[in-house]
Amino acid sequence: MQLSRDDLVGAYRRMAIIRKFEERLHDEIKTGEIAGFTHLYCGQEAAAVGVCDHLSAEDLIVSTHRGHGHCIAKGCDVKGMMKEIYGRRDGLCKGRGGSMHIADLSVGMLGANGIVGAGAPQAVGAAIAAKLDGKGNVAIAFSGDGACNQGTTFEAMNLAVVVKAPAIFVFENNHYSEHTGVDYAVGTNKDIASRAEAFGMKAWRANGCDYFDTYETMRELLEYVRAGNGPAAIELDTERFYGHFEGDPQRYRGKGELDRLWEERDCLKAFRAKVGEAKLLDLKLLDDVDAEVAQLIEEAVSEARAAPPPDPAHVAEDVYVDY
Amino acid sequence: MAVMNIREAINKTLMDEMERDSNIIVLGEDVVGGAGTAGGQEAIGGIWGTTPGLYAKFGADRVIDTPISESAIIGAAAGAALAGKRPVAELMFADFVGVSLDQLWNQMAKFRYMFGGKTKCPAVVRLIYGAGMNAAAQHSQSVYAMLTAMPGLKVVLPATPADAKGLLTEALRGDDPVMFFEHKALYGVKGEVPDGEYRQRFGEARMVREGGDVTIVTCGRMVGFGEKAADKLAADGIGVDLIDLRTTSPLDEEAILDSVESTGRIVVVDESPPRCSLAADISAIVASKAFTSLKAPPAMITGPHSPIPFARELERAWIPSPQKIEDAVRQLLAFR
Ligand SMILES: Cc1ncc(C[n+]2csc(CCOP(=O)(O)OP(=O)(O)O)c2C)c(N)n1
Ligand SMILES: [Mg+2]
Repeated sequence: MQLSRDDLVGAYRRMAIIRKFEERLHDEIKTGEIAGFTHLYCGQEAAAVGVCDHLSAEDLIVSTHRGHGHCIAKGCDVKGMMKEIYGRRDGLCKGRGGSMHIADLSVGMLGANGIVGAGAPQAVGAAIAAKLDGKGNVAIAFSGDGACNQGTTFEAMNLAVVVKAPAIFVFENNHYSEHTGVDYAVGTNKDIASRAEAFGMKAWRANGCDYFDTYETMRELLEYVRAGNGPAAIELDTERFYGHFEGDPQRYRGKGELDRLWEERDCLKAFRAKVGEAKLLDLKLLDDVDAEVAQLIEEAVSEARAAPPPDPAHVAEDVYVDY
Repeated sequence: MAVMNIREAINKTLMDEMERDSNIIVLGEDVVGGAGTAGGQEAIGGIWGTTPGLYAKFGADRVIDTPISESAIIGAAAGAALAGKRPVAELMFADFVGVSLDQLWNQMAKFRYMFGGKTKCPAVVRLIYGAGMNAAAQHSQSVYAMLTAMPGLKVVLPATPADAKGLLTEALRGDDPVMFFEHKALYGVKGEVPDGEYRQRFGEARMVREGGDVTIVTCGRMVGFGEKAADKLAADGIGVDLIDLRTTSPLDEEAILDSVESTGRIVVVDESPPRCSLAADISAIVASKAFTSLKAPPAMITGPHSPIPFARELERAWIPSPQKIEDAVRQLLAFR
């Protein structure tokens, strides 16, 4: 199936928003105005967008500590997210959660997570719910190459197979879990998809720095899952362009590694090159998108800065629905 | 005596003890760092800076970088300890105790008792804990009360570099599982550390200062907050007995009760929610064992019954403050 011009521009816009959002945070964090730990998604944009572009608000995702990209790709309000990261009263989660705990159930985003590996079992539960509802929806767990080593992830994969839940395990292999390389930490010869296969589900592999490859592979995968065949997995080979968290000295990187990644593995650059070569779009359209996105992020930051802080008197609210 | 901070004291103690006892092994996430990367191993030496140099000195068999698998980290520590080693397992954030809880609670804590006193499980678990870095609900908690409630575990919380050395050495010489809590906001705290062999017995609280009017009992980062409050109160002629528990299991009840018997007033400061907390536990002990000495009800300064929030304004409101401690002391003195 051919992507329409609107589809293409939309995909580029979502990736560009993630990129600019994160690059801006990278700069703003240095000013000291933003508190806490922030893990940037830069480099992995094609993964989140290539997956989420197939989903409706009724398809659910669970995310990770590196969740900004998943949130934006799933349709979370960018200004609300920025306010949350600035710890503001009107942030998406009232300033209680911050960067690592953004959620917006209205768009099917069940939450970023500070506990590595906590998401996969929750996605299986959400998939069981989707199966009960019978509308053909799916639930997706984004997990990293590090998270794939948690027992919770193993248990979730087996459970999904056993109950034939429409759960999808998206493994974003960016080759690092904090300061440790995937070559060391994943015992199955750094291959994550084969683990999923070993649990009894079908698994795909795609280039997570290529929107088109991710998107087309996910199309096939989703057809399979939505047809009632049970869970599936996909391993996306992708890259993290910044440190594990902001402030990480990244001494584990090889010489020239980051320069090479920006040169060879930039999904936005690759997207432009592909649509230009194939003459799918006038690249000026994408320049316009860039300008729009720059404006949006500028507004998001200035509005977040000016927004009121939470009232300390409300510190213990929302612990229960009813108490 | 050398002057160093808590981070350095922990690193040096690990070095010295591993040198002394070849049964000690260290395991955890990124305790070496850089495994399987182009930058090479020991690229970081632990995200908290407490384990650099260990890998270079003791090698990969004794200093083990693990995948992200807390249940396996703590379970492996339990098994290695049963098999005669002395593992020091690190939980990068104490909150991750949730992932590994069974191995602590149903396993490590209970082996000796269940097996009729025939085994020992000399594992040390280092838990990096505490609020103050806007790390939000899953990276800020002080889970010591929960572990203190588990028979079979010893729970240790150094507040000074000297205690970091003395208590960690004691943990590594003893034969029981020890939960060694390191407050992330205290790593830079400097102080004198005794040279050579130095052990601090568990269950022996530290009298930080003696003032006679009101007793403040606390531990960890709250000891410093207690000192700030005590300074302010001293300016008004109010004297505080400030007790740093050092260990919550075993608990130095005698130090607490002795002080309360002379002051008649106690404030317990606890960086955790109030229910089933250390504050509640100590207040109950004092109420039942020193009732006739009390001139006012025990006061508890804790966080609210909520998770720990992210935003600066909210986190500040959540954490007990020197001001709240000071106010509580004044209220106790005004009570009649
Ligand atoms: C249970 C748990 N263990 C450890 C951590 C600390 N931690 C946060 S992110 C991370 C690495 C995760 O690696 P990966 O899953 O590959 O995701 P990436 O950071 O590459 O996006 C670690 C060890 C955590 N947050 N939760
Ligand atoms: Mg990773």
